Amino acid sequence: MPKMRIPSPLRTYADGQSEVVVSGRNAGEAMNDLTEQYPALRPHLFNGDGQLRPFVNLFLNEENIRDLQGPDTPIKESDNLILIPSIAGGKGTRA
Amino acid sequence: MLPTLSHEEILRYSRHLLIPDVGLEGQRKLKSSAVLVIGTGGLGSPVALYLAAAGIGRIGLVDYDVVDTSNLQRQVIHGTANIDKLKVDSARERMLDLNPDIQVDVYNEPFTSENAVGIAKNYDLLIDGTDNFPTRYLTNDVSVMLGIPNIYGSIFRFDGQVSVFDAQKGPCYRCLFPEPPPPGLVPSCAEGGVLGVLPGTIGTLQATEALKVLLGIGEPLIGKLLLYNALDMSFDFVKLRKNPKCKVCSAEPEITELIDYEAFCGVPSYDHDEGAVGGGWDITAVDLAERLKTGDHIRLIDVREPHELEISHLDGANLIPLGEMAGRMSELDSAEDIVLVCKSGTRSARALELLASAGFRKMKNLKGGINAWARDVDSSLPVY
Repeated sequence: MPKMRIPSPLRTYADGQSEVVVSGRNAGEAMNDLTEQYPALRPHLFNGDGQLRPFVNLFLNEENIRDLQGPDTPIKESDNLILIPSIAGGKGTRA
Repeated sequence: MLPTLSHEEILRYSRHLLIPDVGLEGQRKLKSSAVLVIGTGGLGSPVALYLAAAGIGRIGLVDYDVVDTSNLQRQVIHGTANIDKLKVDSARERMLDLNPDIQVDVYNEPFTSENAVGIAKNYDLLIDGTDNFPTRYLTNDVSVMLGIPNIYGSIFRFDGQVSVFDAQKGPCYRCLFPEPPPPGLVPSCAEGGVLGVLPGTIGTLQATEALKVLLGIGEPLIGKLLLYNALDMSFDFVKLRKNPKCKVCSAEPEITELIDYEAFCGVPSYDHDEGAVGGGWDITAVDLAERLKTGDHIRLIDVREPHELEISHLDGANLIPLGEMAGRMSELDSAEDIVLVCKSGTRSARALELLASAGFRKMKNLKGGINAWARDVDSSLPVY
């Protein structure tokens, strides 16, 4: 089964999991399976139209699915999927 | 003509001169180079230290902040003796101690659409050591518009990202992330925390990429994004491609001059009024203490994470972490007076906005959070 890596900003919404086994024939189905397993992730990944949010990327192995066939990109059992959200930290102001 | 090196400099840089890829000519190139470090915090600390040590001839530092005790867990360029001093001055002092042969220019101001081009145009490279989306997008757009490569680094808790965005040779930050997340969806390090050594790792990688780009050696991370996770000790690389529809770096860009980045991101890039909502929604710690003393019935809702309660908490406050607020509003009564509390007022301000959009009106945000309460009302509580 393909594995999906969850980066730390999103782990809060996936019971702290760093990697989740997902099922599906393509990237879109894998994402749906992920958000069925962890519904709290859904608003962080998709906008109201069900599109992947512009500050989140899904990579299939080394390639961004936006550069492939988007949600229709076929996936294989041995594939690794990585979610990459934008993160802002760096300087650290007083807080 | 590249500048020459004095005997003293030859001795100082001898470990560089021994590497054939650097050599005398490479070291002279570094001496003739100018690098702008945007932010002298977690990422900027190691970047500025290593670039100073490496003999970059001129280094610019942009920051408007002062050194705070809570910075020193990771911002290793500063020291305890420099608490409350300007960060740019504190950093400059340390860099010139490390290497008196370099020039350090300081800009004690926020990096904004008004001053960014004027500052950045005098440098060969930009280093993104910022901690917020508005300044990150600004840095990217300045880099694209002036044709100056941007060495990108970003961190959160145990995760880091590094890339070299050089729009003349590859994608820019906007190709990967066309738009920032809406306010509140992605927590900052100030709210979510960061392992102190993480910016050291990521900043050191940025400094490495900077030296490679300036020397023209190796394979810089152009068109590649490095993803680091400290817990897994994993380094993953993914390919980045230029977005043919990128609003800034495509052949026909939609954005050709700097915009209002705070409006674009929906958040301030610096603390105009830290931890406040404004518009009459705020209550100061002193006023809250007064109202509680007079017996006003107030429902205190703490929106921090459970593990933060061990550090400090207000008696009688109920915990509803910000992340759970959307699903737990039914636990609140809109007829009651509610005061929302977090560490410094930022998360509670977001909780207030969430509740306001659901129709709640009788509520206030504790301005400055429980830290303001610790400072102004109850000094038995620690500030964190």
